[in-house]
Amino acid sequence: MALDNTDVEKIAHLARLQIKQPDIDEVTSRISNILTMIDQMQSIDTSAVTPMAHPFDATQRLRPDQVTETNQRDRLQQIAPATENGLYLVPKVIE
Amino acid sequence: MLSKTVAELSAALDRKDVSSVELTQAYLDRIEKLNPDLNAYITVCKEQALKQAAEADKQRAAGNGTPFTGIPIAHKDIFCTRDVLTTCGSRMLHNFVSPYDASVVERLQQAGAVTLGKTNMDEFAMGSSNETSYYGPVRNPWDSSRVPGGSSGGSAAAVAADMCAIATGTDTGGSIRQPASFCGITGLKPTYGRVSRFGMIAFASSLDQAGPLSKSAEDAALMMNAIAGLDSRDSTSLDHPAEDFTAHLQQSLKGLRIGLPRDHFTADLNPAVQTILQDAIKVLESLGASVTEVDLPHNHLSVPAYYVVAPAEASANLSRYDGVRFGHRAENPVNLEDLYKRSRSEGFGDEVKRRIMVGTYALSAGYYDAYYKKAQKIRRLIKQDFDEAFKSVDVILGPTSPHTAFKLGEKNADPVTMYLEDIYTIAVNLAGIPGMSLPAGMLQGLPIGMQLVGPAFSEARLLNVAHQFQLNTDWHQRRPEVK
Repeated sequence: MALDNTDVEKIAHLARLQIKQPDIDEVTSRISNILTMIDQMQSIDTSAVTPMAHPFDATQRLRPDQVTETNQRDRLQQIAPATENGLYLVPKVIE
Repeated sequence: MLSKTVAELSAALDRKDVSSVELTQAYLDRIEKLNPDLNAYITVCKEQALKQAAEADKQRAAGNGTPFTGIPIAHKDIFCTRDVLTTCGSRMLHNFVSPYDASVVERLQQAGAVTLGKTNMDEFAMGSSNETSYYGPVRNPWDSSRVPGGSSGGSAAAVAADMCAIATGTDTGGSIRQPASFCGITGLKPTYGRVSRFGMIAFASSLDQAGPLSKSAEDAALMMNAIAGLDSRDSTSLDHPAEDFTAHLQQSLKGLRIGLPRDHFTADLNPAVQTILQDAIKVLESLGASVTEVDLPHNHLSVPAYYVVAPAEASANLSRYDGVRFGHRAENPVNLEDLYKRSRSEGFGDEVKRRIMVGTYALSAGYYDAYYKKAQKIRRLIKQDFDEAFKSVDVILGPTSPHTAFKLGEKNADPVTMYLEDIYTIAVNLAGIPGMSLPAGMLQGLPIGMQLVGPAFSEARLLNVAHQFQLNTDWHQRRPEVK
């Protein structure tokens, strides 16, 4: 599966990544090579196979709905790039 | 002393031949001497280690010792360590001092282990050579012009160069086994869900598994005793009865049925590696094992399926790095999108970005059936191949890697070339079963590993086979001459 630069720019936007213009051809070519390798999957018919989401087909455990965590806000915010009054700061979203 | 196994060091500490403080200081001195060249550690925890060692000496003297009390170990920098820098080999986490410990770290600390530091790794565990680390490549102690393998390359190099007694690693597609092979040590990837993933920075959640990199199979068993078991903080942790992984080490190999995968022993495999494996098989036969061929007909599809499943899960897991709550944040963002995009583009390296984009593409609208669902179907076929093979054999034996450690820069021009490095190890992760690598020989001065694979929960059996092999060979005792 070959992609063009526009496809790759769209994917980068979906992943919230920026690609510098001088690098775009190389990024596109490398991702295309990876997708070509992945396309070997299409060499076999799997229409009768059930997808395997977990090696042991296990389901998620449930626990009693009880509060077990203590509030560690101040501790956890010590490593945040920017906070104020216990809130995380980001650039203005609504004018 | 520094080249001794955990079992030997534990006995020496018991006999008071040496104290943990002396041992820890000796490892710290060796790290200081060797790390500028090998780059195996990103962070060294000198003061904390000496404090832990002093406490361990007290505990042992009071008769409260476990096999790990006072043993100096290293953690791959993917495991969160409270109040210690945890980078995951990335610029994204260059300033991330974890507020909590991973379960693996916590359990080893409870067992009395001394943490020497955090080892270098491919960025977010994405790589097979340790060359994608933001902190520079690790060099192979056997030949500093070569890679140690990856992604747990720092842990493997540190164990091989006697810069720690044992180390933790993680394995998503071969990241414990391949570096173990390249560095001439023992490495075990346990059954998926056997060791808690809590506090282990996520790459591909349905494949990631933690395990030991060690100087012997016996040491790997000792570490499994300390780290395995149910953890309520990891929802995929399995509720499997606890077991003593050392209990069967001494068992005879009489009657052991070994399967050799036909598709592993082909012209693609270096003939010298084939010869080394044949010699290793003869040793196991002389101990009472029998050998037959088995088929793993879908193994050739494991790399393509993996490069959908792993990047897809990675693209979701790595969406948390957005410059808001922790980690790298771009300066002077003009708006929220600019903050996200620049923080992520500056924080991640090329390989990580590539995999995020491959995963984003595979999961994007209209492509789910052709990629992720197709890969999950192939995953089942691969698992069924193993189920079928294990009806007639107890373990499967083959190469860990097609060759010895390669040169730095030799394979990183094209990502796909690097991906094919893991052709023998990836299927094991997709099937969720345990696999290990142990030294089987030397080729032109470089170690060669052999891989043992067993059914789910067969770690004790694999460790038994490896231990018996190590009682009858000395490949695992070879050490590089590091200057």
